[in-house]
Amino acid sequence: MLISCPHCGPRDLAEFSYQGDATRTRPEPASTDTKAWHDYVYTRPNPAGPHHEYWQHAGGCRAHLLIVRDTLSHEIHSVALARSANASGARA
Amino acid sequence: MAEYSALSLLKNALTGNCDWKPAWRKPDPKPAYDVIIVGGGGHGLATACYLAAEHGITNVAVLEKGWLGSGNIGRNTTIVRSNYLLPESIRFYDFSVKLWENLSHELNYNVMFSQRGVLNLAHNPAQADAYIRRGNAMRHGGGDADWLTREQIARKVPGLDLSGTARFPVVGGLLQKRAGTARHDAVAWGYARGADRRGVDIIENCEVTGFLRDGDRIIGVSTSRGDIRAKKVGVAVAGSTSRVLNLAGIGQFPIESHVLQAFVSEALKPFVDCVVTFGGGHLYMSQSDKGGLVFGGSLDYYNSYAQRGNLPTVEDVMSEICAMFPSVARLRLLRSWGGVMDMSMDGAPIITKGPLPGMYLNCGWCYGGFKATPASGYSFAWTIAKDEPHAINAPYTLSRFERGAAIDETGHGPTPKLH
Repeated sequence: MLISCPHCGPRDLAEFSYQGDATRTRPEPASTDTKAWHDYVYTRPNPAGPHHEYWQHAGGCRAHLLIVRDTLSHEIHSVALARSANASGARA
Repeated sequence: MAEYSALSLLKNALTGNCDWKPAWRKPDPKPAYDVIIVGGGGHGLATACYLAAEHGITNVAVLEKGWLGSGNIGRNTTIVRSNYLLPESIRFYDFSVKLWENLSHELNYNVMFSQRGVLNLAHNPAQADAYIRRGNAMRHGGGDADWLTREQIARKVPGLDLSGTARFPVVGGLLQKRAGTARHDAVAWGYARGADRRGVDIIENCEVTGFLRDGDRIIGVSTSRGDIRAKKVGVAVAGSTSRVLNLAGIGQFPIESHVLQAFVSEALKPFVDCVVTFGGGHLYMSQSDKGGLVFGGSLDYYNSYAQRGNLPTVEDVMSEICAMFPSVARLRLLRSWGGVMDMSMDGAPIITKGPLPGMYLNCGWCYGGFKATPASGYSFAWTIAKDEPHAINAPYTLSRFERGAAIDETGHGPTPKLH
């Protein structure tokens, strides 16, 4: 699996660290809604198909990335810097 | 029905092995059953077998999407052990080892359970302390555990690099003598035959495509071979848990599916006679009866439903086995493969009634499901038959996460890739 880092170009999977599902929304820190916290901490959609996920280019520029990758084929559909992707509302 | 004996082996050898009978029937699905088990892997087949044998519930169907044993029961590293720390785990897995010890006899099918021992190597004093603590917990729970010094390990496993100059010098190891390996395919076949001969219908190439509902209640499944109704539907589909629960309208669940790779080398003369695990990284290996070294390491560390992995993990696992046994560096690999693991949020399984009325769930095995097969089937069958958990699976609820009662053996928290 090659991941095309926006800063560094296509790099080997070994340089990246997986940070998991990117679709979870953290409740407001002051929230006491235990169901919302439970869902945030413990449950995942775990789709078979396109998966929005965070990676970090830990062995390179150290940027956090938002990647859409197919969990059935490992095909990578898109790679974006997590900061700008989240700012532009591109998150799923 | 296939029966095996020295006499039948001899007779069939003389007649060219043309007269063997299938070990289980290929029935068409009936319109309705008392119980449907979705998933014809080890756990599903064991559940069906124990439903019939222990609870007299024989009007049962096991629905399998592919062919029997095509999932993780046919693609694991065959290790059976109960060297756990937490009381819930010790109780459950010791129960499983006890079932394993009698399984060939119970099924009248040789599952080749070989209690060759599992040796966990420790490479520094802190790791040694942790293993000794675990060994004490195992003994306290009624199991067996022995601490071996480096000299004892040198005599037991001659090929290991025990030199002081090793990258991860060995300081000792925890041995569980009752642990070992089993013939994984035979477990599936043995349970399948045991269930079939008691009247259970094993229906292969029958994919569940939806659930039949009466309000909230699950009253059956729609499949690629038509609708089938049942009073109770058990789901034991490992890495496909989220996909199947999606069909029942459950979109979020405390499971992530990850890929785990395993490897077999070319065959060697007898080289190592127990299971050895490497504590400097994560590697477990044993030698099969055919002579190949069977081994695996960690997950690939990303969500996946593909039954194949990537090369960085392969490289990592190979470097570990070479650090442990320098003499295997020139061995060639014969096969490698990947399986989809149902990684739970605390590393422990879920065996419970629910989450919907009429449904029963068995999942979250991470990559330790093989050794659990008998206890999983036994306790899941109990839960389905009696509508309440057996003592060994009572802690493994789905609600434990919201109650703050996670059973986190490794202390990694809700990070499924690390369990």
